[in-house]
Amino acid sequence: MTDVASRLAAKRGAIVRNQAFWGVVAIVLLLAINVISDPGYLSIGYNSETGHLSGNLIDILRASAPILMIAVGMCLVVATGGIDLSVGSIMVVAGAVSMELLSSMDGTTGDAVLTLAVALGIATALGAVNGVLVSVVGLQPFISTLVMMLAGRGIAKVITGGQNTTADNDSFAWLANGYIVGVPVVFLLAIVIVVLVALLVRRSALGLMLEAIGMDSRASRLAGVKRRNLQLTVYSASGLLAGIAGVFATASVMTVDVSRTGYQLELDAILAVVIGGTSLAGGKFSIGGAVIGGLLIATLDKTVVFLGIPASATPAFKAIVIVVLCLLQSERVRSLFRHRRALRAQSQKEAVAA
Amino acid sequence: MTVTTRPPTGSAPGPAPSRRSLADRLGARLSALPTVAALLIFVGMIIYGEAAYGRIVQFSTLSNLLVNNSHLIILAVGLTFVILTGGIDLSVGAVIAFSSVAGVMLANAGWHPAAAVLVMVLIGSALGLVSGVLIQYFGVQPFIATLATMFLARGLASMLSTVPERLADDSSIRELATQLKIIDGDKVNDLVITPGVVAAVVIVVLGFLVLHRTRFGRTVYAIGGSEQSATLMGLPVPATKLGIYVISGTLAGIAAVVYTSRLGSAQNITGIGWELDAIAAVVIGGTLLTGGTGFVLGSVVGALVLGLMNVLITRDGGIRPEMTTIITGGILLVFVILQRVLAARRRAEQQG
Amino acid sequence: MTGAPPIVEMTGISISFPGVKALDAVDFRLFPGEVHTLMGENGAGKSTLIKALTGVYKIDEGRILVAGEERHFGGTADAQAAGIATVYQEVNLCANLSIGENVMLGHEVRGPFGINWKATHRAAAEVLATLGLEQLDLRRPLDTLSLAIQQLVAISRAMVTRPKVLILDEPTSSLDANEVANLFTVIRRLRDQGVAILFVTHFLDQVYAISDRITVLRNGGFVGEYPTRELDRTTLISKMIGKDFATLRSLGSERQSHHYEPRGEPLLRTEDLGRKGSSEPTDLELHKGEVLGLAGLLGSGRTELARLLYGADKPDSGTVWLRGKKTDIHSPTAALAHRIAFSSENRRDEGVIRDLTVRENLVLAVQAKRGWFRPLSRKEQDALVRKYLTELNVRPADPERPIKLLSGGNQQKVLLGRWLATEPDLLILDEPTRGIDVGAKAEIQAAVAALAAKGVAVVFISSELEEVVRLSDRIIVMKDHRKLAELENGPHVTAETIVAVIADEGDDEEGDSE
Repeated sequence: MTDVASRLAAKRGAIVRNQAFWGVVAIVLLLAINVISDPGYLSIGYNSETGHLSGNLIDILRASAPILMIAVGMCLVVATGGIDLSVGSIMVVAGAVSMELLSSMDGTTGDAVLTLAVALGIATALGAVNGVLVSVVGLQPFISTLVMMLAGRGIAKVITGGQNTTADNDSFAWLANGYIVGVPVVFLLAIVIVVLVALLVRRSALGLMLEAIGMDSRASRLAGVKRRNLQLTVYSASGLLAGIAGVFATASVMTVDVSRTGYQLELDAILAVVIGGTSLAGGKFSIGGAVIGGLLIATLDKTVVFLGIPASATPAFKAIVIVVLCLLQSERVRSLFRHRRALRAQSQKEAVAA
Repeated sequence: MTVTTRPPTGSAPGPAPSRRSLADRLGARLSALPTVAALLIFVGMIIYGEAAYGRIVQFSTLSNLLVNNSHLIILAVGLTFVILTGGIDLSVGAVIAFSSVAGVMLANAGWHPAAAVLVMVLIGSALGLVSGVLIQYFGVQPFIATLATMFLARGLASMLSTVPERLADDSSIRELATQLKIIDGDKVNDLVITPGVVAAVVIVVLGFLVLHRTRFGRTVYAIGGSEQSATLMGLPVPATKLGIYVISGTLAGIAAVVYTSRLGSAQNITGIGWELDAIAAVVIGGTLLTGGTGFVLGSVVGALVLGLMNVLITRDGGIRPEMTTIITGGILLVFVILQRVLAARRRAEQQG
Repeated sequence: MTGAPPIVEMTGISISFPGVKALDAVDFRLFPGEVHTLMGENGAGKSTLIKALTGVYKIDEGRILVAGEERHFGGTADAQAAGIATVYQEVNLCANLSIGENVMLGHEVRGPFGINWKATHRAAAEVLATLGLEQLDLRRPLDTLSLAIQQLVAISRAMVTRPKVLILDEPTSSLDANEVANLFTVIRRLRDQGVAILFVTHFLDQVYAISDRITVLRNGGFVGEYPTRELDRTTLISKMIGKDFATLRSLGSERQSHHYEPRGEPLLRTEDLGRKGSSEPTDLELHKGEVLGLAGLLGSGRTELARLLYGADKPDSGTVWLRGKKTDIHSPTAALAHRIAFSSENRRDEGVIRDLTVRENLVLAVQAKRGWFRPLSRKEQDALVRKYLTELNVRPADPERPIKLLSGGNQQKVLLGRWLATEPDLLILDEPTRGIDVGAKAEIQAAVAALAAKGVAVVFISSELEEVVRLSDRIIVMKDHRKLAELENGPHVTAETIVAVIADEGDDEEGDSE
């Protein structure tokens, strides 16, 4: 009996210590706030003509797709003890390449496929450049990807000649705006990609290798772990995923905004990873956590707009979320709670005794 | 096969030459080499600019370089402190936005200019304190803690106003940007300084003195070398770490005053990405992001390199504006690779 | 001495960590003008006791009196203020600063314009002079110095505050005999000046050479406090460990009679293998089933040579033949593919990955060898882990426990398991028994003997010459980064033989002394 209770308590402790749990709590809280301001917030409409689902929740899912992509890539990079500041810039490069190519083509599905391949290829190559700078040249990830972040946006501007290029291609737009059985294609794609990455990482030994590098790169080198190859792989993967995010972000409006597409989204991605309980110091990582973090950020963005607060004030709310989640993780705050619980238990005991 | 018997380098405390060997002296200097290289490249850029475009080596251009970059120099000094400990401060650009919007609005609401300026500086200190407390007392990583402060400051600035807030034309805050002629050259070619430039110079000198002539400064370097060692040595690590984030925030507040007085207006989107400019300046100036090695003066050179680059790009006219960030990235890359090569050479020298 | 009151008196000290009682009601006294040695196996609680006295850990129970006054240390600064200075086993200095800056950090001489560097350097020079280190260049960056000199700089730094109590936590583990003698001169001088010195070491000779009094701890408990002259070695060892001593003795004699006759083609042969600055060109041969000992003092180049064999450092000269074929071993990955494994002397930084579990640490090298896209199934992992945890007697045998929670000896056994799991033909063990308790030491030595019997070639490196002699078939003696001599092991070879070779350098460069 007490055994079961203590095991339950231990499990509860593990859940409460799990930072992703607090991410879920935060999402629920935000949705609750929205429901209070509009009781119909959660309702999902069904358009019988088109067969599409619609509603605020669907909007959130759609908006979360690009963030999920870059958050998953960032998660892998962070696990190795690195960081990728360039994902936002790689997004805009992928978007710029897509729009430039499509605007000079006819709008067939074949064109869309070709464009997709070229855009994602370039994004992967930019990621690989990061990987080479980090693993072969031996520069710090922060600096290498900062260089790519600065250069990437410039490259995008050069590609479009500084214009915000617009294009037309229904197949390409379908990626972001289409529906499959009523659910936005973009979200389905994002989920499929996330699941594929998660399976790849956890079913193979990739996850263990990445964690080993992130925790102790010298020891893992002597254990035969190929740091260079793995770093090259994760930075390229992060580039590829950022490219996908860039396609998602531009396909929805079929326009690339060279100064705003993907702007500062690297910060959102890092935030999502940290909310998900992965330490920036590297090591243990959680892709599921990063997904929850990404969903939380999308929910927060939409909530701020829904509540009629100017979108430019959104950062302040993000700050509150970070600070609260970090404080919940903090040893100091934890021990404060433990102390209070202990005191309460003691006073209860004393009350019983009296 | 020739076996050279050579004393094992430094493995025995036996008699050592009283004069330092060449390698030692080179070793001691190598840590300053990136800074020297930055200085050389700066001079090189000036010479190239003068040769290619002309009108670079003259009073007005050089004093404008200082006037237009004094806020960046101030930020870079603050970032140098932070980066020397191995930390990072992403919040400085957003702090400037919040501080300057708040300051302008207060001044326009009839506050005494001095009080408004003081509030602007204190806003910086307070936000720096927030970062410092999160990092030191709640164990939040500097990147995340200062990211939170950055978001907070940016959000608060946007809540105050989302349109440019113009400082009244007769506000005495504008006087902080008054151009004082030092040398009256022909036509507009005058050597001028502003109170902002004076502030930047004073801050650079103070920064240098604090880092090299106080125990606080030595603790900053020690933390960058090894925080654990610094703690075990009994150095005041927590207070110092808190201190450097307050310093960085305060300097961001001062930079806000300098920038706002020059521009005469403030907006919630002011200073976006300036933290990256400041970090780039520090890195170009030879400070390692891992902490422990670097100089305030190097960061000043770094800031001037970035400023001069912008001048040259404008002068060239042929370089498309969208290339600017690519060039900035390229310069940064060249510098860090240079540092990397020097570090490798230094290691080789120690072993050989 | 016994008349004076103790400068430090710790009574009933208890400290618990999650799941472990690190110290249980330990008493400790330290008198002015004595050298007091703290003895005990790893995990006995020596480090914990020291950290309690230096304010790193808070004590759960008990009292600390310094000079008769009760103290509550909130941090290292408090302990320093009370006159307690510490030098740790790992050098805790800042590699980015110069010798002078390190010595004076936090104690710089200040004038009206901030730190007066001239006066500060003068003060640093004075301190170095008291330790006989006046020849050191104060402006030299610390990271250009050997570990041994860094350790001496750390001791100089501790003396800056003129402490009443000086704690030396295994300061000699990286010093050679000369440097130890140097250090002892200084310690005696300080003792005669009335400084109370707490000394921790694993080397028995040093204990008897320097200490006046010994306190023994075992498993976090207090065993006793004895004047050194009243406690002979055997009694001391039995107080520290008890039973395992006999095991060790028997193993030694068995192995020494084993005598291996190499036949046929060597497994590994090198010609002029070397690397500028770390290892002179060296020839060696290694046969299957043979244990080759690399003997020599710390810094003799034995570790560097081992790292070249494994590709941990890249050789810049020479050729390697493996199984008769010319082979390029340029990285650990390549070495593992050629069935060579290497266990580094630096268990903390180059061995275990602290935050991974025992299972993950154990399978890491096998997995890396297979490549990440060919994962071991959970079943295969479990089988490997079970096999080696049992074979090597790892305690606790819980594969899912983070390895950092295991004792040093058990971490070392897991590491041995990691390399054995790769099924090496050649296993290089660099100091596999350093800093671990005698029981684990005996088990690791037994495992090495068993491996050789199975046909694995082993390169065995240890600072303990007795251990090298006990285990090796052949011994290469090294000094100053080069091979000094090669000895066939036999009943006539003892630790003294090797010492004589090292002392007698240069007379016969390559000759096999028979």
